[in-house]
Amino acid sequence: MHPRKDHFPGYDVLAKRDTPSWNAKTRAVIDERLAITPETHRFLDKAAFATLQAVAERIVPQPSDRTPLVPVAAMVDHKLASGEHDGYRYAGLPEQGEAWRCGLKALDAEAQKAFGAPFSDLGAWAQDGLLKACEKGGLTGPAWDGMPSDLFFKKRIIPDLVRAYYAHPTAWSEIGWGGPASPRGYVRMGFDRRDPWEAAESYPGHEDEAYAENLRVGR
Amino acid sequence: MRMGEWVPMRQFRDGEEIDFVVVGTGAGGGTLACSLAEQGFTVAAFDAGPYWRPLEDFASDEMHQSKLYWTDERIVDGENPLQMGSNNSGKSVGGSTVHYAMVALRFRPEWFKARTLLGYGADWPLDWREMWSYYDQVEDDLKISGPVTYPWGPKRPRYRYRAHELNAAAKVLARGAEAMGIAWTPTPLATVSAPRGDSPPCVYRGFCTLGCSTNAKQSVLVTYLPRALRAGAEIRDLAMVGRIETKGGRATGVHYYREGRWRFQRAKNVVVAGYAIETPRLLLMSANREFPDGLANSSGLVGKNLMVQGNQAVWGDFDEEIRSYKGPPSLAVTEHWNYEDRGKDFFGGYCYMSQGPLPTLWGSTQSGAHGLWGEALVSEMQRYNHVAGLKVVSEYLPQERNQVTLTGEKDQYGLPIPRITYSWCDNDKALNRHGLGFMGQALAAAGGRNIWEQRDDTCHLYGTARMGDDPKTSVVNGDCRSWDIPNLWVCDGSVFPTAGGVNPSLTIQAIALRTSDRIKASARDGVGGRA
Repeated sequence: MHPRKDHFPGYDVLAKRDTPSWNAKTRAVIDERLAITPETHRFLDKAAFATLQAVAERIVPQPSDRTPLVPVAAMVDHKLASGEHDGYRYAGLPEQGEAWRCGLKALDAEAQKAFGAPFSDLGAWAQDGLLKACEKGGLTGPAWDGMPSDLFFKKRIIPDLVRAYYAHPTAWSEIGWGGPASPRGYVRMGFDRRDPWEAAESYPGHEDEAYAENLRVGR
Repeated sequence: MRMGEWVPMRQFRDGEEIDFVVVGTGAGGGTLACSLAEQGFTVAAFDAGPYWRPLEDFASDEMHQSKLYWTDERIVDGENPLQMGSNNSGKSVGGSTVHYAMVALRFRPEWFKARTLLGYGADWPLDWREMWSYYDQVEDDLKISGPVTYPWGPKRPRYRYRAHELNAAAKVLARGAEAMGIAWTPTPLATVSAPRGDSPPCVYRGFCTLGCSTNAKQSVLVTYLPRALRAGAEIRDLAMVGRIETKGGRATGVHYYREGRWRFQRAKNVVVAGYAIETPRLLLMSANREFPDGLANSSGLVGKNLMVQGNQAVWGDFDEEIRSYKGPPSLAVTEHWNYEDRGKDFFGGYCYMSQGPLPTLWGSTQSGAHGLWGEALVSEMQRYNHVAGLKVVSEYLPQERNQVTLTGEKDQYGLPIPRITYSWCDNDKALNRHGLGFMGQALAAAGGRNIWEQRDDTCHLYGTARMGDDPKTSVVNGDCRSWDIPNLWVCDGSVFPTAGGVNPSLTIQAIALRTSDRIKASARDGVGGRA
């Protein structure tokens, strides 16, 4: 994995934590999220969690030079352990925890069948091949227990992992989002307008200016 | 309510036979409870969700604020299963108005006679001119911020507060509309553009659909409910109503779960206002020896004719920085295709608005509707600040096969989980094509590149306890009163016979105020009302 292009050099949304953009409730909520470490898991067993970590790395890959990593798999496990539901479930899928346990076990079984190794031990090419087959509904081994693999991919893997990743401040900084905004909000609304507490984008030849601006967002 | 302030209210005993129990405190129930209390009735309004204190309880965070949504399990099926939870169901005192996008539009007058005047759907048992006067009242109660002149429909009074400033995403809509030769306007919104009581002007945080933490939003929670409390109503939160009791053909009260046990509240009248899934669910769950098919269901239409609206979108990249996360998400709108009938190969209409998705919603859209994952997803997501989109609210037709039924699975209260079945008809598909095609051209004309279509999204809920003139083809009459049980009312989006092409809240609230007036009038005449 290559280092990712940094469009907002020096921007860290957490630098705004003690500014009027974050109210007390927001600070408490984000502190709790940041306390989740990559290896924390309560709901899934060790094997399933390892598979989930490997899947997460393919769905929302992270740059090799990033520390600490966004604990995507741990955040999904946290959701499953706390029993927070989405509010709906496709008729072909079991309840979310059951769906994840079954689907991760089935992905591992497919990996064993195709490559003779657990999913998490496979290379990226083989993992992506299995995930693409899953996405198309092409995985139908007995371990799926009748659950359509495409539904599992589109309604569990994708939304749960993508939402977890983009709920993390590291991902907010990566896409240049302003982040929490209560009570201050924003003032400059039009095209190409930016408040001093928003991320500055790095344009060719102006990288240093963006960097300097981004160091000031927390002031 | 201010920081740290208590919310004193009257409390009724379970055994006390109060005039009205209202089940649900959103746009329908909350507004009606307020008006009934102000008319002098004793009222207790129940909600399954908590009574939030936005200044203290609301974080600027998408994931945390999902606490505002109805996330109890529901099974979805059909050819086009609906996504429930976040965008169309609230579980809070104040209902979905706590997390709605505040879009405050009136129905096109002809829609109230859609069958007779436009040739589709069903006629409403309401007159548009009467509705127009109730719209005036709601717009005043919410101090809607809107344009000086509104481009479509009959004359309406001026909006009470000035329109909000446009963000870049809204200016994209304006550019596109002008290039296509159609009208547009700043959206009338229920968030104040100047101070009002304890509400400061909107600060353009952009978290409207996750709850307003400053109380600028004129939700039912900060408008009608404080008024209801002052008029002596009780708002009973964290109270899940599971069954309405009847005796001798009349409702006698509600069984509800609160603080770990089932209780029974006596009442002279019951209003169901749980929105178009929970309302039919409660009526069906209340089936008993007197009413074996569920309450108010002699027509067999409780739960049938479920409607949603299309919420499809086009998205594109712009050279300019858009940063659509700033400000209310839909600051500009065009209702052109609601009022123009020429050039359509379908019945119904649509409006479309500018958008402002926050990161987890935008990630879900790029991965779900656009099908991106891996490096393709994360690099596309880095274009976030340069994206703008146009999104419809479009009118799908009522079909009996689209419905809410009960399954054998039980939820945390031991109540049957609902099944929601939904499929598009050919007219819906033709409307989808028209909307996506037109918006794609408009977005390109505004300078958008790499335009793609989001085809999977829907919004709002209607139709599962429709109103009408005939007890055989409707569940309630024009006063929202059950044909079968004279002291049972339904007051929410469920009563809509057709969906129209605008967001529903203003119309639901106008109907609630009208219903209250009708109840008052019938009580005066000694019918139903007070015993």
